[in-house]
Parts: sequence; C-alpha cells; structure tokens
Amino acid sequence: MYYFKRILAMIPLVLLISLMAFLLVRVAPGGPFDKERAPASPEVERALNAKYRLDQPLWKQYFLYLGDLAHGDLGPSMKYRHHSVSDIIVQGLPTTLALGGLSFMFALGVGIPLGFITAMRKGKWQDYAGSVVSLVGICVPAFVIGPLLVMGFAIHWQWFPVGLWGTPMHLVLPTTALGLFYAARVSRLMREGMLNTLNEGFIMTARSKGVSEKNILLKHAFKPAVLPVVSYMGPMLADLLTGSFVIENLFQIPGIGVFMVNSSLNKDYTMICGLVILYATLLLVLNLLVDFIYSTLDPQVKYE
Amino acid sequence: MHPMSRLFTCLLLAGLMAGAVGCRDAEPRAEIVIINGAEPESLDPAIISGQPDMRVASSLFEGLTRFNAVTGEPEPGLASHWEISEDGRIYTFHLRPDLKWSNGDPINAEDVVWSWFRALKPETASDYVNVLFYIKNAEAFHLGQIKNPDEVGIHALDDHTLKVELTSPTAFFLSLCAFPTYAVVPRDVIEEKGDRWVRGPDLKTNGAYTLDFWRINDRIRIRRNPNYWDNVNTKNEVVDVLPISAANTALNLYLTGEADIVWDKGLVPVHLTDVLRERSDFHTFDYLGSYFVRFNCKDSPFADVRVRKAFAMSIDRQRIVDRITRGGEKPAETFVPLSTANYLPATGLKYDPTEAKRLMADAGYPDGKGFPNISYLFNASTSAGADAKIAVELQAMWRDVLGVEVSLRSMEWKTYLAAMSSTDYDICRSSWIADYNDPNTFLDMFLSNSGNNRTGWKSKRYDDWIAEANSITDLKKRAEVFREAETFLLTDAVPIATIYSYAGFNYYDPEKITGIYDNPIDQHPISAIRKIAD
Repeated sequence: MYYFKRILAMIPLVLLISLMAFLLVRVAPGGPFDKERAPASPEVERALNAKYRLDQPLWKQYFLYLGDLAHGDLGPSMKYRHHSVSDIIVQGLPTTLALGGLSFMFALGVGIPLGFITAMRKGKWQDYAGSVVSLVGICVPAFVIGPLLVMGFAIHWQWFPVGLWGTPMHLVLPTTALGLFYAARVSRLMREGMLNTLNEGFIMTARSKGVSEKNILLKHAFKPAVLPVVSYMGPMLADLLTGSFVIENLFQIPGIGVFMVNSSLNKDYTMICGLVILYATLLLVLNLLVDFIYSTLDPQVKYE
Repeated sequence: MHPMSRLFTCLLLAGLMAGAVGCRDAEPRAEIVIINGAEPESLDPAIISGQPDMRVASSLFEGLTRFNAVTGEPEPGLASHWEISEDGRIYTFHLRPDLKWSNGDPINAEDVVWSWFRALKPETASDYVNVLFYIKNAEAFHLGQIKNPDEVGIHALDDHTLKVELTSPTAFFLSLCAFPTYAVVPRDVIEEKGDRWVRGPDLKTNGAYTLDFWRINDRIRIRRNPNYWDNVNTKNEVVDVLPISAANTALNLYLTGEADIVWDKGLVPVHLTDVLRERSDFHTFDYLGSYFVRFNCKDSPFADVRVRKAFAMSIDRQRIVDRITRGGEKPAETFVPLSTANYLPATGLKYDPTEAKRLMADAGYPDGKGFPNISYLFNASTSAGADAKIAVELQAMWRDVLGVEVSLRSMEWKTYLAAMSSTDYDICRSSWIADYNDPNTFLDMFLSNSGNNRTGWKSKRYDDWIAEANSITDLKKRAEVFREAETFLLTDAVPIATIYSYAGFNYYDPEKITGIYDNPIDQHPISAIRKIAD
C-alpha cells in the first residue's frame, strides 16, 4: 500500500517537472530553427512554427503536449525532422542502459571489495594505496581518464578499439572510464560503513562469543556496513543509466547521453522535454527501488 | 540464499542482460568508412542546409546536373543535355532516355516538376527555398501571391523535356541545378510516408546509392544503386558514413584504421594542425568560405564609418592565419574568396595602423580616449576552438593599435545567432560559406532586404549594383560590376571587416584511397572514391 501511494505521488511530480522543462527551454534565448543563414522567407518560418505548434499560445502548446504524452507520444524532434523523440530514445536507450548497467556493475564490483579491504587494513599500506586510487578516481574527471585510457590501451598497446560500439571489446574502455568515479565513491562509502560497523557493540559481543573473524566480517558486519552504498545506488544508477555526454562523445557511442546536452544546445524543445521526463521518471523509480531494498536489508526500517 | 548474494545475483543478471542488449551483432565493416562531421539533421534534399547532410543526400538524390568530382563544376546529371536561349533566360533540359529509380520505376519530367514545386511550397519549409527564386514567379508562388502553378516558369513539355524560365539571366543556374534543393525526389514515397519518408531501406532513390539504414548518432550505410544511370562509374559498393563531431575521436578512429576518410573542417584539432599538416595524408585546399567580423552600424560608436574603418585597418590578418588557424587559410582583403568563379578581385582595406589611429582621432577618440565600452561577440565553440583564440588576438590588436579595450562576450551557438540576427552586439564574429560558386552568394548577403545582412547597414546604391550585375549576360562585364560593388562595400561602407578565406581539409591516405579531388566548393562525390589498398 505504501509503495502504491509512492507510485501515485510520482505522477504529479513528473507533470510538474515536465511543465518546468517545457517553460524553461522556451525562456532561454534562441530557438530551434535559428541558423547561421536567416530564414529563406517569412513563409518558411511561419510554416515551421505552425508545424511544431510554436505559433499557439504557450498554455495551449503545453496541453497539446500533455495530450500527446498521454498517448505515449513525445512528439517529433525539432532538430532531426524525420525522427520522433521516441525513435531516438528507443534507438539510443539500450546502448546507454548497457553501458550504464555495466559501469554500475563495475562500480560495485570494484568499489565494494576495495572499500572492504581498505577498512580491514586500516592504517596499513593497503589502506593508503586504496585511498590514493579512490581519491584519484573521484578527483580526476572522465574527460581526463577517458583520453588517457584511449592513449594507453587503444593507441599505444592497441588492446581495445578507440571507439564505436558493437562487440564486447568495445565495452571495456568506456565502462572503465565511466565507472571509475563511481567505484571510487562506493569504495569510500564502503570503507566508512565498515569502520563504523566494526566499532558497534554487537561486533564486540560476537567477538567475545568467539565467532570467527571471517564470519564476523562477512555475516555480521557486511550487511549494516553496505547500507550507505545501497542508498547511493539509486542516484548512481540513475546517473549512469541516463548516459554520459563525455563518455559517449569521446568513444562515439550511439546512446542518449549526448542528446541530453546537444538537445539543450540545439534548443530541440521536444527532445529536451522528453529526456527530462525520462530522467525524472528513472530517478523516482530507482529511488523507490532503493527504499525497497533498504527495507529488506535493514529490518529496523519500516515504511508506513 | 543470503539476501546480499541474492541482490548481487540480480544485479549481475541485469548487467549481463544490459550488455547483451547493447551489443547487437556488429555488421562487417563497410568497404569505405567516412567520418562526416555532425549528425545530419535530415537527408531530405529539399530541406537540408548543412554540409554533412548534403554530402549524404547528394549521393542518394540527383538533380538535372551534378557536380564534377574533379572540378566541382556542374556537369550533366539526370539531364543529358540542354539548350539555353540567347538572352540566357530560358533553359530547355532533356532528360536521359532510360532514367530509373532504384526500384526500376521510370523517372520523367513530371517528377522534376513535382520535386521543384514541393521544395517551393511553404509547408515543406525549405531552408534554401530562395535558390529557387531565380525561376520566374517562383518567389511569388512561394509567398502565396500567385496561386496558379502554370504561371511559374517550370513546365514539362513531354516525358523527357523540361522548360525553365528565369527572371533574369543567372550565370550560375546550372550550378544551382546540382544543388540539393533542386534534386528530384520520389513523389509516391513522400506522399505515403510524410515526414518519415527518408529513413528506411525501401526508400527509392535516383542517385548513385540507396539507403541501407540510418541509425541516428551511429551510422548511415549507403549501397550502390544498380539502376543509377552512371552506375558503371560508381567505384565502390557499400559506404558507411559516421557522424562524429569530436575532433580527437575522429583522428583516433582514422589513425587506427576504423575510418578511411575524415572530411569536415571542424574535425581538425587546432592544437594538432602543425603536426598534421606535415603528413602526406593531410590535404588542405582553398575553399569558398569567408571569415569576417560584422559591425553594428545602427548604434554608436560603429554608426560612424571612421570608427569601423579604424577597427578594420587594425586587423593584422597575416598574424591570425600564422598564429591561430595555420591550416592553409589565406588572409583576405576581399570578402569574396579569390578562387570563386566569374570573379574579379575588389580592393579592400589594408592593415594600416597609422591610418587607423588617424581615423580614430578624427572620430573624436585620439588614442582611444573617451571610447565607450564595447564587446566582441563570438560563439563558444565546442570542437576546434579557433574562434576564442581569434577573439583574444583581435582584442590585443585593437588594444595595441587603437588603445581601445574590447571585452569578449562568448555565447553558445543558438544564443549567439539570436543576438547576431537582432543586431544585439557591437562587433560580431561571422562567417559565410558559398552556396554556389559565384560572387553573388557572398555579395547578396548585404542587400538592404537580406535576412543575412545583420549589420543594420543598407545602401540603395549597393542594391542597384547587385541587381544590375545579375541582369548582365556577359560574364566579364558582370564581374566588373560586382567588383565595383564589393569595393564600395569594403572600403567606403565597411559594415564588415574581412579576415581570411577558408581552407578545406580532409585526411585520407593517397596510397589507399583515390578519387577525392581538391575543389573550391568542397564537393567530393562518394561514388568517385575507390579503395585501392587496405
């Protein structure tokens, strides 16, 4: 019942977000059909505005947009005139989801063990080495890491392709470049979580009862220690699944991440709104999912 | 199962599934892979305006003429020959006898008429509809002042003959016929599919290629059209056109052999120009484009022509091409690039700091004293990045020569365009690429009623010159009138200051690829390209 209510509450929220996006893009200077050459004639301008309903009053444009939205139609792209927004999303989203999903796995797969180990070896060289790695991962942005990876692994050693998409080999560098930052964040969260948990009373109790160290770490400490990571998973997954402009651009990956940025630059009104709605929905659903996972992991958390 | 391991199993499965979905079967590499710059907005020849779009669209759809691969001059396309009347106003085109669409349907003169009228209709919203306005009554029809299509100078005399009447003799009309707006498009497909007509493999084409698929932001694959009239001279079977606008990525893909050709001038990383131009696979050539600045002639201080002249004469063009662009661009005293056809070079303002200082003093700003705060508007560019460097260089020149402090105002592209078209600027970075190989494509920008003027400057005298030139059939006399008009524009009126004329670039290894020739309109028909080695 609780989750049902949460889902219902999402609808007005998404509508509000869509309204904001709809209005904000129209407030920004410049329009979708501005080009270096002036319109060839006033008739052309008029025809374009009529075709994309930009000649209607704003409130009417919005309601017509909502009407289409109710039918699952996000409208035609104003930049790519033969494609609808849904065409572009349907074509690019699987790629972005694949890359995001893999980077998510990478972030957890690298970040959790790294955090775990650095916490275990607190104050030893493993801790410092791990901390340096995660610090670099957090501080150095993808647009630096990416080209460095390309330079080393694709151009110098030629182990992986420099870009494009298609075979599993194409996945390696972009996944790493995209996932590294998140892996570093996760490892820091995991390390803190683990250190905090190990100071808890119930760990001491377990130790005094003679539970083996391995069992203490894996059975008793791990579950509460991973909770901060779990709360971070929602926004992280949403970030990753909506794609990265930098990575997609750098590796020439046909996802939707580049459209997030380019559609704003191009003033492609319908495309921006479509992507904002997609992103908002994804974020809301994933947060809900995280709350659900949280409640199964931590019996103290109950939603009413 | 432990809840944690259950969670991770789920995640792992999700990740693997995602990976499987994303990794579809990779198609084998096409015979030739071309990196083409930005993703085409459209492939509909009637509405496209970008160069990347035109390169692909021209290989799918042809007009009565086409551009010669070597010279870029118009040569017979769907029309095998034509007659031009004495006064240069009536063209009679004869279509080739067995013209076929890619699916085997015949092409006749009615298809040409329908395609041209389609481009002319306001609903089509063609960005280049004005290139059709040289045809008699075409503009009036477009604007709705004439309803009867029979009054427009486009008539099919029979299945293979087309008569075109022009308003005035138009020296470059045959070039226009090769321009995408004049291309012949499939009526039945367009009427059936509307906006979505130019996407799929069932598309009927009349150019050298058919369209296999168009995956946005991924690639466009085109394949030899066996029914093309000149199919015997198509030198390749399958070509992939990649939309890439990141210069470094383009270079990486080229260097590792993923692509054979890179041909967009935005795709040369500025910081690597010095290294690249030493290579045998880096080709640079004169290209009909002009880089210049506009002055806002409506408002103070640039309403005063002396100030405009002073600013123009403080620009050391050589320094800009030597220090910044460095890719073979030529410092330009004229607005029309020197390699333009039917052109006699005009006289422009030279770099002359002494005269510039004198003019500023004359205008009431000795050594820049009392000069108001002004700014230089330019676009914050994303890829190559020469614009910002040029802005800084110009700023320094104006400071050194005139003692004037110009602030820099960078905007992202669309905002910049909006500011420029509403003359909301003092000085503004500008550029223009020729639509066709003739001085008119540059000079008609500054007509009083031109939407591309954007300077607030207008002159009846200038308008009359351009009109006069375009009514003359003798090409030499016409060029002389243009020269007078351009000299007036550049040395007396000075709404703009010229900087350099463009260089075109492409990279390909001449040991592996042949059939790309340097020509000033940067036209390289894909059908002429042949791979001679891997």
